[in-house]
Amino acid sequence: MATLKLLVVDDEPGIRSGVERIVRNFKVDYPFMDDAYDFEVTEAASGEEAIELIEKDMPDIALLDNKLPGMQGVEVLEYIRNNNYEIIVVMITSYASLELAVKATHDGAIDFIPKPFTPQELKSSLENITKQIFLKRMARRMKDEGKQVRFQFLSVLSHELKAPLNAVEGYLNMIKERQLGNTLDDYNEVVERSIKRLQSMRNLILDLLDLTKIESGKPSQKKQNINLTDIIRSSIDTNMPFAIQKEVEISLSAPETVIRFLDPEEFEIVFNNLISNAIKYNKPEGKVNIILEETQGKTLISVEDTGIGIESEDMNDLFRDFVRIKNDKTRHISGSGLGLSIVKKIIELNKGEIIVESIPGRGSKFIIQLPS
Amino acid sequence: MKKTILVVDDDIDYLFQIKVKIQQFGFEVITAESQREGEKILETFRPDLVLCDLMMEREDSGFILSYKIKKKYPDVPVILATAVTAETGISFNANQNSSKSWIKADLILDKGIRSDQLEKEIKKLLKM
Repeated sequence: MATLKLLVVDDEPGIRSGVERIVRNFKVDYPFMDDAYDFEVTEAASGEEAIELIEKDMPDIALLDNKLPGMQGVEVLEYIRNNNYEIIVVMITSYASLELAVKATHDGAIDFIPKPFTPQELKSSLENITKQIFLKRMARRMKDEGKQVRFQFLSVLSHELKAPLNAVEGYLNMIKERQLGNTLDDYNEVVERSIKRLQSMRNLILDLLDLTKIESGKPSQKKQNINLTDIIRSSIDTNMPFAIQKEVEISLSAPETVIRFLDPEEFEIVFNNLISNAIKYNKPEGKVNIILEETQGKTLISVEDTGIGIESEDMNDLFRDFVRIKNDKTRHISGSGLGLSIVKKIIELNKGEIIVESIPGRGSKFIIQLPS
Repeated sequence: MKKTILVVDDDIDYLFQIKVKIQQFGFEVITAESQREGEKILETFRPDLVLCDLMMEREDSGFILSYKIKKKYPDVPVILATAVTAETGISFNANQNSSKSWIKADLILDKGIRSDQLEKEIKKLLKM
């Protein structure tokens, strides 16, 4: 049996003793857990007292009334977040507003329970939380053991893979039920869209394969002397049909040979991503300028486009897994949200650096710097 | 006169599919692809019901949109359609008192809901 420490913060003694009574003989046990959890309750009548108790004996869960005599519940929550304490917070409140809920959720409150609450409401909230704590501990243990299991990555991945499946399934059902008419022509658009969603799903899977190549985090074993100029040329060729279709012109300025000891496959991935992005987010009759040069013992490669650019507030998120910058200009452009995160990983594995400069509406420039 | 339903979702395929479905229930449908676009339409138009997605530009876009709808048109029913439950394990329930105070939607539905159930829920909210 494992025990979770539960701190109840409420100025009404009745609520505190009520919680104590409800959880006294309550256990949470799921088939996937190797141990059942029970709860040990400590009580605080004010926010100030709660903070004292938190400092003395860190609880796992805090049930936090928002309306307290002195310090408010959300302030206690803020204190917990500012100190990066790993306490799961549930707000108990009868005065929740959207503002409060959004703020509390932002500050990391996991759940809300009403006041007054029924024993069942408290129990089901505790069940959910225990499950989360268990998974969190499990994830940490796996990480400690060196297993690269990434729960968050996987859950976003499953969302990204399910969205196109749902779309295509929906369309197939429309066809099955003849929702748009009785001739095949009535379904041209539906078939087109299905193919498009399947293509984007395929691209996602290809990106995932790229990711698995580098995901071990170890430097590649397939390094050899390669001519970077050749690799870039071949990436340009690969992307040429796409460029022609989008009426984008690509130019390259590079010495004939720049020999580096690198994994050719990795750098194909890098240039394919950067060049296809530069085309994808460009304007009709736009340009992509690629420059490869050697300066002061360093190799600099820049890929510059004349496209939609990136807002400064989006810059930080740009290289994260599955992040796609969503705005009116990008809404109809498909992508897995993995490309740039893969690029950054490869560059860093090779002790290089990638930065981006961008002017919204004018274009972006990705600059890679590699040690020679 | 046919009642008009505003559907807001950032997945254009879901939007199209749900539009066809709801039209078959006998309603007019107008669509918006984002919270922002939805707000724009609502400035000048009062739909009879709004069906909106939760995660759009931001992960809580649907909450914010439903809050704004209720502020402007307190009588327009709002359904939040979401796949969140299945993916995150977080569940919201608009009918629970706890959530009612801050989630301004009348109903929260799973996106995978069957057509006939969706039709029933919409007609119930429109008191038809």
